[in-house]
Amino acid sequence: MVDITPADAVPPAEVAEMELYHPHSWWTKYVFSQDAKVIAIQYSATATAIGLVALVLSWLMRLQLGFPGTFDFISPEAYYQFITMHGMIMVIYLLTALFLGGFGNYLIPLMVGARDMVFPYVNMLSYWIYLLAVLVLASSFFAPGGPTGAGWTLYPPQAIMTGTPGGQDWGIILMLVSLILFIIGFTMGGLNYVVTVLQARTRGMTLMRLPLTVWGIFTATVMALLAFPALFVACVMMLFDRALGTSFFMPAIVEMGEQLQHGGGSPILFQHLFWFFGHPEVYIVALPAFGIVSDLISTHARKNIFGYRMMVWAIVGIGALSFVVWAHHMYVSGMHPYFGFFFATTTLIIAVPTAIKVYNWVLTLWRGDIHLTVPMLFALAFIVTFVNGGLTGLFLGNVVVDVPLSDTMFVVAHFHMVMGVAPILVIFGAIYHWYPKVTGRMLNEAMGQFHFWVTFLGAYLIFFPMHYIGLMGVPRRYHELTATTVMTESAHDLNAFISIMAFLVGFAQIVFLFNLIWSIRHGREAGGNPWRATTLEWQTPETPPAHGNFGKELPIVYRWAYDYSVPGAKEDFIPQNMPGAFGSSREPA
Amino acid sequence: MSVILVFLLVIVGFAGWWLSHQRLMAKPWLEQGVIGDIIGQEGSALPTAKIGLGVFLAVVGCLFALFTSAYFMRMALSDWQALPLPRVLWFNTGVLVLSSIALQCASVAARRGQIDTVRLGLVTAGLTALAFLIGQLVAWRELTADGYLLTANPANSFFYLITGMHGLHILGGLVGLSRTTAGAWNGARPERLRLSVELCAMYWNFLLFVWLAIFALLAGWAATFIEICRQLLT
Amino acid sequence: MAVALVLVLVVVGSVLFHFLSPWWWTPIASNWDYIDNTIIITFWITGVVFAAVVLFMAYCVFRFRHREGNQAAYEPENKRLEWWLTIVTAIGVTAMLVPGLFVWNQFVSVPSDATVVEVVGQQWQWSFRLPGKDGKLGTSDTRNVSPENPLGVNASDANGQDDVVVEAADLHLPVGKPVKMLLRSIDVLHDFYVPEFRAKMDMIPGSVTYFWFTPTKTGTFQVLCAELCGQGHPLMNGVVMVDTQEDYLAWLGEQQTFAQLSAPQQVGSAE
Repeated sequence: MVDITPADAVPPAEVAEMELYHPHSWWTKYVFSQDAKVIAIQYSATATAIGLVALVLSWLMRLQLGFPGTFDFISPEAYYQFITMHGMIMVIYLLTALFLGGFGNYLIPLMVGARDMVFPYVNMLSYWIYLLAVLVLASSFFAPGGPTGAGWTLYPPQAIMTGTPGGQDWGIILMLVSLILFIIGFTMGGLNYVVTVLQARTRGMTLMRLPLTVWGIFTATVMALLAFPALFVACVMMLFDRALGTSFFMPAIVEMGEQLQHGGGSPILFQHLFWFFGHPEVYIVALPAFGIVSDLISTHARKNIFGYRMMVWAIVGIGALSFVVWAHHMYVSGMHPYFGFFFATTTLIIAVPTAIKVYNWVLTLWRGDIHLTVPMLFALAFIVTFVNGGLTGLFLGNVVVDVPLSDTMFVVAHFHMVMGVAPILVIFGAIYHWYPKVTGRMLNEAMGQFHFWVTFLGAYLIFFPMHYIGLMGVPRRYHELTATTVMTESAHDLNAFISIMAFLVGFAQIVFLFNLIWSIRHGREAGGNPWRATTLEWQTPETPPAHGNFGKELPIVYRWAYDYSVPGAKEDFIPQNMPGAFGSSREPA
Repeated sequence: MSVILVFLLVIVGFAGWWLSHQRLMAKPWLEQGVIGDIIGQEGSALPTAKIGLGVFLAVVGCLFALFTSAYFMRMALSDWQALPLPRVLWFNTGVLVLSSIALQCASVAARRGQIDTVRLGLVTAGLTALAFLIGQLVAWRELTADGYLLTANPANSFFYLITGMHGLHILGGLVGLSRTTAGAWNGARPERLRLSVELCAMYWNFLLFVWLAIFALLAGWAATFIEICRQLLT
Repeated sequence: MAVALVLVLVVVGSVLFHFLSPWWWTPIASNWDYIDNTIIITFWITGVVFAAVVLFMAYCVFRFRHREGNQAAYEPENKRLEWWLTIVTAIGVTAMLVPGLFVWNQFVSVPSDATVVEVVGQQWQWSFRLPGKDGKLGTSDTRNVSPENPLGVNASDANGQDDVVVEAADLHLPVGKPVKMLLRSIDVLHDFYVPEFRAKMDMIPGSVTYFWFTPTKTGTFQVLCAELCGQGHPLMNGVVMVDTQEDYLAWLGEQQTFAQLSAPQQVGSAE
C-alpha cells in the first residue's frame, strides 16, 4: 500500500548554496541583522508600535463622535489630524508593513525552503528605511502646526492649504517625505520577496506546490511594486506644489478672499494617481490575508484546501484585475461620467474570483475534522467579516448605488470591515498560529479565547450598525454631527454605543499584547510542529529556526502543501519534505 | 493613464508568458513523491542578481511610465506652453550613448577576461555619465537664464522634475559603477566582476532607453507620434 | 457548539437589525427612487449570500467539529461544483450590475428641459447663481473673484448680467421641474449633497461638474458637504427649499441680479 521511494534515489539538493552572512557581534546579530527572521520581527514590532498609536487615535475619534461636546481638547483641527494619521498608519505603516515586511520576511524563506532572502543586505536596509519613515511620520506630531489633517487620501488642493491643519505647516511635508521613504524602503524589501520566490525555491518546490500564503504574499508584493510608484509620483508632485510653488495639481484658487499664485492644475490628476495606487493597495493587504487564512483553515480542519488550483488562479486574477478598477473610488469625483460604466463593470467582475475564494474556504470546512483552536476561530471570524465587508463592496462598486452612499459612514463601515477588521483578524490568527515557531512556546489559550471573542463580536458590533448610519445619509469625516439633521437622536445613541464597543475592543488588544510577552517565558513548550502541519517552516531542525533555517542540508520537496488526511497514510498529515507516495487512490471517486 | 496601462499590459504579458511555463494547470496532489519530471521548475538559470535587477528596472519603468501618464494628462489642460529644448541635450544624449557603449565593451571584455579593457570601459563609462549629468545641469542653467523657471508653466515643472528624477537614477547607478570599478582594480574574482559589469551595463542601457523616451516626450515627438497612431486607428 | 451557535446568532441578529432597527434612509424627495430600488435589490442578493455562507459555516462547524477518531474527507477539488458556483455568482453579480448601469445611464443623461442652477462652494459656505430671463448663465472664472464679485462672474459677458446671484443664502427650487446642478468651487474640493435627493457630486476648483434631479416634494432640506474640505467641513451646511411654482416665483422676484449687485460699486468707483 505504502510505496516509499528510497530517499537516496534522489540526488541531494542541487540548489546552489548561498553564502550566508554571519553576524560577528550582538549588534549585527540582533540590531543590524541581515537574517530575514530578525528583520521580520523588527518590522512587526515597529508596525505594532505605530499601530498602537493609530489605535489610540481611533479611541480619541470615537470619544468625539460618541459624546460630542464633552471633550473640549478634541478640536476640529485635532480631530482631522487624528483621522488622517489613523488612516495612513493603519493602511500603510501597519497593514502593508506587517503583512509583507513582517509575515513576508519570516515566512517566505522558510516556506519555500530557502536559507534566507536572496539579498539580505538590501533587506536589512529596507527595514531601516521603513523605521526612518515611521519616525518621520511620528515626528509630525511634534512639528509646529501638528500633523496633516487632510484625510488619508491627501486630496489637493486642500491638503496644502491653510484651511486644513498642517497644510501650510510641516505636517503635510513630513507626511509626503515619510511616504516617499516608505516606498523606497518597501521597494528594497519587495525585490527580495519576489526574487526569493522566483529563484530560491528549494528542489521540488514548484509553483503549484507553494503554500497559498506564499502565493498571496508574492502576488501582493508584485502588485505593490507596481502600484507604489503611483503614490510616489503623486507625493513628489504634491511636494513640488507645496514646497516649490508649481501647479501640477493646483488650479486657480481664491483662498479666504485672496488669489493664490497657483493656476491651471488638476486635482483630478492627483486622484487618478492616488487611486491607481490606492485600489491595488486594498488587495495588497487582502491577498496575503487570503493566502494565510487558506493555510490556517486547511491545517486546523485537517483537510486539503478545496480547489487549490482555482485558489491560485483567483489570486493571480484578482491581482491583475485590481489594476483596472481604481476609478470606482472616484464615481462622484466629477470625472467623466462615462468612465462609470467601465469601472462599475470591472469592479463587479472582480467579485467573482473573490467569491470563489470564499466558497473554497467554506467548502474546505465541509467534511473536515475541525479543531476549534484559536487560529481557526480567527479564520472563521475572518470569513464572516470579509463576506460582510465584501458584499457591501458590491453596493459601493455599483456606480449608481455609490452615488448616495459615497462619503457617508457606510463607506467607513465597509472598508473597516473588509480591509480593517478582516485582515487584522487574519493577522491575529496568524500570530497565534506561528508564534510557537517564532518563540518555541504556545500563546496562552484562555487569554487567546478572551481576546478572540471580544475582538470579533466587538468589531462586528462596531461596524455592522455603522452601515445603517451611513444609509441614513450621515457623511463621514464630520467632527460634529449635532448640526446635521439626518442624524436622529437615536442615531446619536447608536454612535455612543459604537464608541463604547470601540473601547472594549481596544482594551482586549492589551490582553493580547500581555499574552505575547507573558508567553515568551511562561507559555507551554510547543515542540517543532504543534499543529501537525505539512509546510516546510514546521520541519526545521531547530525551533525557533536558526540562522540559515534548515541545518546542514536544504529540504527536498516531494508533494504539495496540503496533504492532510490522505487516505491510507499513517498520520493525518504528510510533511512536504517526506518522500514517497501514500494512499491507494489519489483521485476521489 | 493610458501610458501606464500599456506599460502594465507589457508586464502582464511577460508575467503571463512566464506563468504559462510554470504548469499552472497541473494537479499538484497527483504528483506526490515525485521530483524527477519537475526539475527546472525551481528557478531560472540566470543569476539571481540579474533577475533582481530586472524586477527593479520594471519598477523604475513603472515610475517613469507614470510620470509620462501624468505629463500627458496635465498637458491636455489649457495653460500648457511647451518650452524650447536646450541644444545641449543633443550633446548629452550622445554622451550617454557613449557611456552605454563603453559599458557594453567592458562587459564583452569581462566575458573574455581582458581586465585592462574592462577597466578602461568602466572609467570611460563613469566619466561620460558624469559628463551627462553636468550637461543636464548646464541645460537647467540655460533654461533658467532664459526665464523658463520651474513654476512659470507646468511644461517647465515637468521638464525639471523628470530630468531630475532621471539624473538621480544615473547618480545612483554611478554609486554602483564606482564600486564595480574599485573591484576591477582591487582584484575581485573574475566571475564576480563579470557579473557586476554586466549588471551595470544592463542598468545603463535601461537608463539610456528611458532617457531617449523622456527626450522624445519632452521634445513633443511622443505626443505627435501618439496623435498619428490615434488617427491611424480611427 | 458555542461557535456554531454564535455564527447563527450573527446571521439572525444582523437580519433582525436590518428589519427592526429605526435606522434607515431618509424619505426620498427626488426622482431617484430608481437608486433606492437598486439598493433594495442589492440588499436582497447580498443578504441571502451572507446568510447562506455563514449558516453553511455554522453547520460545518457543528457537524464536522473534531471528535476522537474523526478523519477529514479527502477531496482536492470538484470541478463541477466550482463551475456551478461561479456561474451562479456571475448571475447574481449581473442581476445587480445591469439595473445599476441602466440607472446610471439615466443619471448621466440630463433631460433637455432641465433648468440650470449653478452652485458655488467655498470654505465654508454655499452660494448659488440662476440664469436670468435669457435662460443662460454667463461665463465665470476664479480669477475674477473679488469682494464685489464673490462668484467670479465674467463682467464682460452679456449673458451674465441678468444672472440671479444668491450669496451664502438659501436656494429655492420649484417642485416637479428637472434641474441640472452645475457645480463649481473657488477654493478646494467640496461635494453638494442633499441626502433626501440621493444625488451628489464633487465640485472641483478649475472645472464644472454636474448632476441632475427633479425635486418631487416641497419642503426644506439640509445641504451637506460630503468631501473633506478643511476644518470647517462639518459646519458647511446650507438649505434648499423646494417650493410650489408660485412661492418659487415670489422668491425669485426678491433676488438681485449680477448687474444690480455690481452697479453700486461701479457708480462708487466712477465718482
